[in-house]
Amino acid sequence: MPPARSWRAYPQTYRLEAARCSKCGKAFFPPRLVCNKCNGRQFEHFEMKHTGKVVTHTIIRTPSDEFSGQAPFALGIIQMDDGPRLTSQIVDLPFEELRIGMPVRLEFRRISSEGEAGAIHYGHKAVPVRI
Amino acid sequence: MVVGIVGYGAHIPRRRIKVEDIAKVWGADAASYKRGLELFQKSVPALDEDTITLSVEAARNALARSGIDPKDIGAVYVGSESHPYAVKPSGVTVAEAIGATPDCHCADFEFACKAGSEGMFVAYGLVKAGLIKYGMGIGADTSQGAPGDALEYSAAAGAAAFIMGADEERMIATVDETFSFMTDTPDFWRREHQFYPAHGGRFTGEPAYFRTVTGAARGILEKSNLKPEDFKYVVFHQPNGKFPKRAAKILGFSFEQIDVGRLVPWLGNTYSGSSPIGLTAILDVADPGDRILMCSYGSGAGSDAFVFTVRDRVREVRDLAPRTRWLMDENVTYVEYGEYAKMRRKIRLAEK
Ligand SMILES: [Zn+2]
Repeated sequence: MPPARSWRAYPQTYRLEAARCSKCGKAFFPPRLVCNKCNGRQFEHFEMKHTGKVVTHTIIRTPSDEFSGQAPFALGIIQMDDGPRLTSQIVDLPFEELRIGMPVRLEFRRISSEGEAGAIHYGHKAVPVRI
Repeated sequence: MVVGIVGYGAHIPRRRIKVEDIAKVWGADAASYKRGLELFQKSVPALDEDTITLSVEAARNALARSGIDPKDIGAVYVGSESHPYAVKPSGVTVAEAIGATPDCHCADFEFACKAGSEGMFVAYGLVKAGLIKYGMGIGADTSQGAPGDALEYSAAAGAAAFIMGADEERMIATVDETFSFMTDTPDFWRREHQFYPAHGGRFTGEPAYFRTVTGAARGILEKSNLKPEDFKYVVFHQPNGKFPKRAAKILGFSFEQIDVGRLVPWLGNTYSGSSPIGLTAILDVADPGDRILMCSYGSGAGSDAFVFTVRDRVREVRDLAPRTRWLMDENVTYVEYGEYAKMRRKIRLAEK
């Protein structure tokens, strides 16, 4: 990933910044320009709470080049407690313990790195919430 | 002006490896590490965890306890001997992730295991000088010992973050005194481009760790006019279980005073995170009015000492983030040497 592209996404990848429609209250991640519910164009940006639930999950065994060293890994769609859904790796648990509906927390992790000499890309991955 | 800790937080990777599982691979005697050095297990970072990721999570826990606006943080200092980049600061990524940029001063500190307490000391000094409202000092490491080397049984990963500030209503613990003790002592080093550090073997004990830590402790006791019995808790840098116990004995502290902050037997040596994480475990249970002594240690060599007094607010904020003992003892999964070697990039992979 070119440094400029990853840099532009920092508010989302580093801080999970979403946008809430000022008119109807629907939240979007990543933010968008027009609300698909009410066509509103005014948004407030906010950092989502880092908690959510697994909607669905799969195991990736043949990933794209960027993630080739990491396979196999679990990928899931996460329903964030603040409303939006996002796609994230689910880490720190054995595959057989993955469950739909399980509570997770998004933790700051290395997403990928360009070999031994290139840039390191950071973002969030889902980890199980243990109480 | 009274300056002190207004937010604190730790973060520890979930994976652990037992000393037996390392000893088995090298034909070493696990019992000698367990009895001799009081090391039972250590934390292991995953391939996607490094000093920056651990620092961000610790910083967020500190922010949660402080309740401050991250925009008011005027400095973020990350102390580590395992910064992910040789050139490109760790602090800017941490500051960006917690929302403290761009009106913020960042610097990365290095001083073997003392880098974390340096960040705390400088952040404290800048708040005291009135240059910034809040300053964050972080100690974090994902350190490596060469396979089969004695250090491999202890080199672990973890982070602790502290927000220094001067507002009375947020004060968790005041900083009452500071003292530092530095000399040129060649006990441990790593040259540029070397993957694993080198150490002076037995030289690391007497003239290095013990002289420096006891020098800092005696210095701060004299400067603050306090005696060992004036403290409820003491936390020393802890490269193994034995060293902090012996330092306590030399100085006249009891085992009860060091027990709560001595995490190394079950956590390993978290290097720059060592005494700072110990301090978070103490703040998790301390009562208002308790006095705490902290002495870090960094090879090369130096120690930063602090005297803290705990305030009432500690009771209101300690459960706004995970307690350190929970991170250490409850939220844990075990790995064996094979997975550990993969996690720590000790296996040479085919070139693509
Ligand atoms: Zn709308």
